Order: sequence, then structure tokens, then C-alpha cells
Amino acid sequence: MTGSPTGGYAGPAVDPAVPPAPIRDASVERPARALDRLGIVLAVLIALALIASPFVTYRANRIVSGEARSLFEALPPFLAAGLALVSATVALVAVLVRHRGMRLAAAILGLVTLFPVVGATAGFLTPEGNTFARISPATGFWLLVFAFALLCADSLSRLKPSPWLRLLALALAAGAIAALLLSGSWNGLSLLKEYAARSDSFWREGRQHVLLAIGSLVAAVVVGLPVGMLCHRAPAIRGAILQVLSIIQTIPSIALFGILMVPLGLLAANVPAAAAIGIRGIGAAPAFIALFLYALLPVVANTVVGLDGVQPSVVDAARGMGMSRRQRLFEIELPLAFPIILTGIRIVLVQNLGLATIAALIGGGGFGTFIFQGVGQTAMDLVLLGAIPTVALSFAAAVILDAVIDLTKGSRA
Amino acid sequence: MIEIDHLTKRYGHETVVDDVSLTIDRGTITAIVGTSGSGKSTLLRMINRLVEPSGGRVLIDGRDTAGMPEDALRHGIGYAIQGHGLFPHRTVAENIATVPRLVGWDKPRIDARVDELLRLFQLDPGTYAGQYPHQLSGGQQQRVGVARALAAGPELLLMDEPFGALDPIIRAKAQEDLLAIQRRFGTTVLLVTHDMEEAFHLGDKVAVMDKARLLQYGTPAEILTHPKEAYVERLVGTADRPFRLLSLATVADAVEPGTADGPPVEAATSLRDALAQMMWTGANSLPVRDPAGATIGKVSVGGILAHGRQPA
Repeated sequence: MTGSPTGGYAGPAVDPAVPPAPIRDASVERPARALDRLGIVLAVLIALALIASPFVTYRANRIVSGEARSLFEALPPFLAAGLALVSATVALVAVLVRHRGMRLAAAILGLVTLFPVVGATAGFLTPEGNTFARISPATGFWLLVFAFALLCADSLSRLKPSPWLRLLALALAAGAIAALLLSGSWNGLSLLKEYAARSDSFWREGRQHVLLAIGSLVAAVVVGLPVGMLCHRAPAIRGAILQVLSIIQTIPSIALFGILMVPLGLLAANVPAAAAIGIRGIGAAPAFIALFLYALLPVVANTVVGLDGVQPSVVDAARGMGMSRRQRLFEIELPLAFPIILTGIRIVLVQNLGLATIAALIGGGGFGTFIFQGVGQTAMDLVLLGAIPTVALSFAAAVILDAVIDLTKGSRA
Repeated sequence: MIEIDHLTKRYGHETVVDDVSLTIDRGTITAIVGTSGSGKSTLLRMINRLVEPSGGRVLIDGRDTAGMPEDALRHGIGYAIQGHGLFPHRTVAENIATVPRLVGWDKPRIDARVDELLRLFQLDPGTYAGQYPHQLSGGQQQRVGVARALAAGPELLLMDEPFGALDPIIRAKAQEDLLAIQRRFGTTVLLVTHDMEEAFHLGDKVAVMDKARLLQYGTPAEILTHPKEAYVERLVGTADRPFRLLSLATVADAVEPGTADGPPVEAATSLRDALAQMMWTGANSLPVRDPAGATIGKVSVGGILAHGRQPA
């Protein structure tokens, strides 16, 4: 092939009269013999999960090391065979079927089968009357979850659902998980036994976790928005402020707790009012302040970027028509910057929900409490009891805020 | 009447508008023309105080604008700019309603005014009132921008390169719209442009600026026939000068007694267009018709050419 101006790969010859098909349709129109690449990876994962990985772990009590149980050891034959059949079907669909709706349906079928079935292993493996034995999902189960969820997410994103549909999908998923847990089919699993032992502290720590994450976000927005507006108005101080906030981001959380411990301790010792509202060198107060400080940079930086992105001609026209500073800010600049500011808030919320786990290090509470207890006791299921809700909250927050961002952009595309 | 009195703007040591004085009559269109960096936009922006003057005054109907509250001053002055500056998150109707809302009109009055302006600019209110600016074509956006500037019925309209972003055909249409609307409302218009053709076409008076100074201020014909400085002469284009003169005058200015054969020309046609028609058809003279349709005489090639001759 000659005549390529860049001298590189010139691409396949294309009839200029035929516009190229949109990329998202390529997988539909490709000839059937071409296999789906993601599908092949997923099929390999599913095969590994079924054949070469333990499905659950059996332990005689909570902290001894476990024994692996394969799928057919862990379940009655018909259930095991059923799950294997469903998994193989999902793998086949992932490799061979292009239809996005069919792929989504297969992924959902896989998930809906897998979750109740793994609950059934507890009843099958636990000896009658034994309350010490622990059954936990193992590599095979997690690989299957990963493969099915990836297929589900991939086909969902290829369907390009509207924001409302995404919120509906999230609500359905939450409802399905709630139904699974309330049905009691998982009660025999180690994870829920850990929960049962701590059901009241679980919800208390959960509330603390959410309060820490959202409270520090609200504080960061209340402080960060005006600071961002100030940076936008006064470029002279912008560099300094953003620099300081960036440096704060680089301080490891443990070090930040150390730095905060001394001034907060002094404050509590000398100001009775501060001590009265719970400010101490350790506990929730330093955790809250650390999360707040980490949250400032995304809020301030996105406010600045959002305001900078408003077209100068729009602001000039607003001034020229006699809108006051205040009117320009609240009626023109902030509404136009809002989607970008909201993106900053999304970053902070997802980041905070994850970071709030470290509050437990200094007695600040939150789901981190279970994680650090679990690590201390080498009880993996206790770690998961803290980690899984944290991940679920972050994920839900990301989906919800992405949808809200799309909705606010929607009216002016 | 607007009096610009020794107006000066300096940024540090740089003078961007240098001691400009001119008087603009009520109900006229004045075009400020110059290259970029000549100070023409700064001069315009000092009138509604988007730029505060370093020296000199602006008087509107005898009142010094420096003494008026900034926002109230701007509520009374229409402002339209290149690239329209429409608010992307507001509908066409909301955009047009901006100044009436700021000055506190009630809703029925605002709605009626928006409706009137949309019709005036040939935008069907049913279709366009609820649309967002990004849904409109460039020409429609520009029209909404001018409609928004006129919404509260200002006596003075400032326009900064209002047609700069339009392609030639839409631009010509927008210029005709502006002339028609100016005649209808009697608005005083002050317009900044870098396009000499546009300045001569729209301006009752033309102000030529270069390097912060006002070089010449007069009617288009004065500037064409008696350019004050070499720069103005170069700007008006020595070779094009006779043709520009011909486009400024109409057939009514060159009508002679007598009769002629051939298709009649309208008295309001520019001499340039009449000459073009006669060259194309090979006619030496054509009958002239007034707006009522009556023949009022003839126009000849010789008579037209005399209008493009250098004045004594």
C-alpha cells in the first residue's frame, strides 16, 4: 500500500461513498465466525472456576485454616450440575452471541442462579447440629461472580441505557440483594454468621461510616465552593491554594492522623466546649477532618475548571445586559459549571466512602472496624463483612451521581 | 443624543482609546470601523461602562453616565456581541426575557414582548420559544441575540461585530433585518465592525479609528470623497471608490426628465445596481418608476457615471 501520508498503517480500503458504521454496531454486524474477545476471556474464567477452583471453603471453626471443596463436593449433584450447566451456557453466550440484550439476560441468569445456590452449600456441608463449622465462598465462586458481573456490566454499558434506566437497574440489583439476604438462604454462610454475631454494631458502624463520608463531603462542598469561586476570580492565589491542596492529598492518612492528633488533643484539653461535642486527639473528629481535607482538592479544582469553562462571551453578554455580580454567579456561571462541579462531588463521595474505612484505625468507627478486627483475628469473613458494604456503597454512589450528572447535562446536551 | 467627550482609556502606559470626541444623533446608525486593536471595541464598551474610562465623559441625553448606577445604565442600553453570547442553559424565550425580567416587568408583558420580537425576527414562537440555543442555526442564534438586546425597548443599541460570525448570505440578510428594525423602532445604533463595506452599507455616519485615535467621522459620502488622512483613503480603497459612491446613491438621485424604453427600474434601487443592469442588458437609459408605480423620468449611463466622479 502506498500513498499513506503518515507512512504508517493506512487502514483498510474504504469506499468513500459508504459512511463507516458507528463503532458500537460493529459487533452486531461482524460475521458470526469472529468470536467475541471479552467472551473468550470470560469463558476461560468460567471454565477455571468450574474445573480448577474450590467453590467453597470448609472450616471446622471460625479461625482454623480451611479445606477446599469443589462444586460437586459442595452441593447435591442436581444443584451442582444445574449451576455448571447455567455457567457453561453463560460462557457459550458470551463467546458466540452478539445480541446485547441476550448477553445481559444470560449474565443476569448466571447471577440469579449463583447467589442462592452458594447459600445451599452451607446446609449441605455443615454437619447436623454443628454450630462451629464455617462455610465461605471460595475462589471458584468469586471467579464466577466476577465473570457474570463483568458480562452484565459490559452488555449494560453497550446498551447505553438512559440515566433513569441505570437508576432503575441499580434499584433492582439492590432489591435482589435485599431479597436474597432477607430470604435467609445465605444464613448458613460464614459471612452472615459474622453478621448475626454483630447485627446491632453492624448498623451502628454503617451509619457512622455514611455520616463520616457524607458529612465530610458536605463540609468540603460548603468550604470548597467559595474557595473555588475565589480562585476563579483571583488567579493570583489560585496556584498557591491548589498547590497546598495537592500537597495535602499526598500525605498518607496515618501521617495525617498523627499530625492532627496533637492540635486536636490540645484543643480538647483546653476548650471544654470542643471536648463536649466529641473532639479528641483520636476518634471521629480527626477522621472527619482528614476526609474533609482530602475532599477539598476535587471540589475546589472542579469548581475552578467548571467556572473557567463558561464561555467568556456568555459572561460578557450577561454583564452588558446589566446583571449584577451576584446574578451572574448564581444565574449564569454556577448553573453552567454545575455538571463539572458535580463530577468533583462524585469523585469525593466515591473516594470518601472508601477512605472512611481508615477511620477505624483511630477509633473513628465505620465499616473499617470490621476490616481491622478481621485482620487482627485472621477471620477473613469478618474482613468481608466490612469490605463488601463499603464497595457496594461506593459503587451505588458512583452509579447514582453519574446518572444525576447526565440528567443535569441533558437539557442542553 | 450621545456625546462622547474627550474619552480616553489607558492600560498602564498603553493608550487604547486616545481622546475621542463625537456626537451621535438620536435615531441614527453609527458604524465605528477599524482594524483589530484600533480601540473601536473599547470605545463601544466605555459607553455602557463595561470598561471604565481613564478620562473624558459619555453623556446620554445630557446625563453623564459616570454618575448612573452601572447595572441600571446597562438595563437601558441594548448590547449584542459577536458569537451572540446566548445563555446555553436557558431557552430562547428565557434568553430574550433577560433584561425585562431584570427590570421587573410582569409575566404577561414579558410573554407578549417575547412573542412580538420572535415574530419580528421571523422565528415562529410556537417552534422556537422553548428551544435551547444549541438547537438553532448560526443565523437564528444571531437573531435571538439581537432580539434579546432589544427586549426592553432600549433607545440605544450597542453592537460589537454582531455579524462577524455569519456567512456572507446570512450576513446580508441580518444587515437588512437590522435596517428594517432600526427604522421601525427608531433605535439609536452604535455598531463596531472591521468591514468597511458593512460600515458604509449600514452607517448613517461612519467613524474611522486607527491606533486608538478617531481619524475621521462623517457620512459615508464625505469619507469617500474627502478622506482626511492617507490611512482613511487606503481603507476606503482608492480603486473601489467610485463604485462605493454609486452604491450609496439611489436612482432617485440621478433621475432625468424624459422617457426611455425597456424594463423600468425602481427609484429606490442603488445606482450601482442600476448601472449593472444597464451594462448587462446593453441599455443606455431606462425608465424610472416611483414606489406607486408611476414613471417619473429616466436614468442614463452618463448620468450614473457622473455620480461616481471625483467632486470638484
